Amino acid sequence: MTTLDTLHTAADSLKTAVASKTQDTGWIMHHILDSRELDFPPFGVIHLPEIHLFGIDLSITKHLVFIWLAVILMSFILIRAAKSYKKSRIPRGFNNVLEVLIVFVRDEIAAPTIGKGFERFLPYLLTVFFFILTANFIGLVPYSSTSTSNISVTASLALISFAVIQIGGMMKNGIFGYFRGLIPHGIPAWLLPIMIIVELLGLFTKPFALAVRLFANMTAGHIVIMALLGLIFILRTYFVVPVSISFALFIYLLEILVALIQAYIFTMLSSLFIGMAVHQEH
Amino acid sequence: MLLSKLIAIIALSGSEAGGGSPLDVNPGLILWTIVTFILLMVILKKAAWKPILNSLSERELFIKESLEKAEKARIDAEKLIQDNKSAMVKAEKEAQHIIEQTREYSEKLKSQMLDESKAQSAKMIEDAKSEIERKNQEAFVKLKNQVAEIAVDAAEKIIRSNLDKEKQVGIINKYLDELQKN
Repeated sequence: MTTLDTLHTAADSLKTAVASKTQDTGWIMHHILDSRELDFPPFGVIHLPEIHLFGIDLSITKHLVFIWLAVILMSFILIRAAKSYKKSRIPRGFNNVLEVLIVFVRDEIAAPTIGKGFERFLPYLLTVFFFILTANFIGLVPYSSTSTSNISVTASLALISFAVIQIGGMMKNGIFGYFRGLIPHGIPAWLLPIMIIVELLGLFTKPFALAVRLFANMTAGHIVIMALLGLIFILRTYFVVPVSISFALFIYLLEILVALIQAYIFTMLSSLFIGMAVHQEH
Repeated sequence: MLLSKLIAIIALSGSEAGGGSPLDVNPGLILWTIVTFILLMVILKKAAWKPILNSLSERELFIKESLEKAEKARIDAEKLIQDNKSAMVKAEKEAQHIIEQTREYSEKLKSQMLDESKAQSAKMIEDAKSEIERKNQEAFVKLKNQVAEIAVDAAEKIIRSNLDKEKQVGIINKYLDELQKN
């Protein structure tokens, strides 16, 4: 009886602790999490439409809106850049920056990691690089939301990357040859069952790591900024304001770097995995 | 049983906590993202990546070709300079040769002319000498005739004055003969 009582009290205190924690972290999570509305305090809230099709909840969410914003923005910029190349060979202004990034993806990411025949993967790599970059940068704009800090979005990107890796490997080596090539040569027969499991696991851990890395990096920076600003309200003193603001600003600048680095890493690792799938003689 | 109840309480409180966790997976959003991304990739591949990458590689090819052309032009120019230099050396040699030849020729011409003039002058001297000789001879003959005439005239005068003309002529002739013999 006494143990039951203590357990009940323990559960109650846990519940209250969780409840109080909810109140404290709610505003941080509100910034991080996806939602069904766009809120622009103090101006108001836009409620997004809910769609249910074929038993799946296909509602438009906040992150989806910012994905579309990123898509529209990058399409506009890149198509304009493509048109400017028709006019003259020499890039002008912002197109120089785009060209540096495109040439970087082509010569520093795709060409060394994939090697021969890297051109056919360039559209995917360039799109994923610019998409993550644009989404990350949009996440840094006030009132916006970082769509790449949503595990569903990064998982989707990783799924596409997984598909590109597998299809690329199969197109080069044939479906049967691709799966046979996954297992290293010269492995004793009794090791085969283990190796098959290990290699198949390896196939899925790669995109899993891609998804979690991008998600965690983009989430962490925002949580740190929020936590630093939250310090003001937790300590209830104005003296912490300069510290909080300067540290938050520092993290914000770091986020700009992280936005670039994460786009680079996702593209680089995708390219590396494509290279490994296409050229299996390792 | 207690444990299961506790787990249930914790799980319940956990799900109550945020009304969502960052790790919640939303299948609808995954579907939307994949569809959006694939559409984006297809559109950008047609509208952006192909033209941009094509013009980039075209430009790289153009730059590479231009550099190669410049290098070739440089080599050609160098070759041309080398050719010019060797041609100049050759021309100089030729000129030297021509000067040498001309000098030799002029030397030859000079000596020839000198010889010729010498010969001519010698001939002229010879001619003059023979002319002088001839004239001398002529003058001598004339003188002889004149002398004879003068002598005859003188003799005539003497004879006329001496009357004994015939004797006188005979003496003179005798004298003249003697003179001629000398």
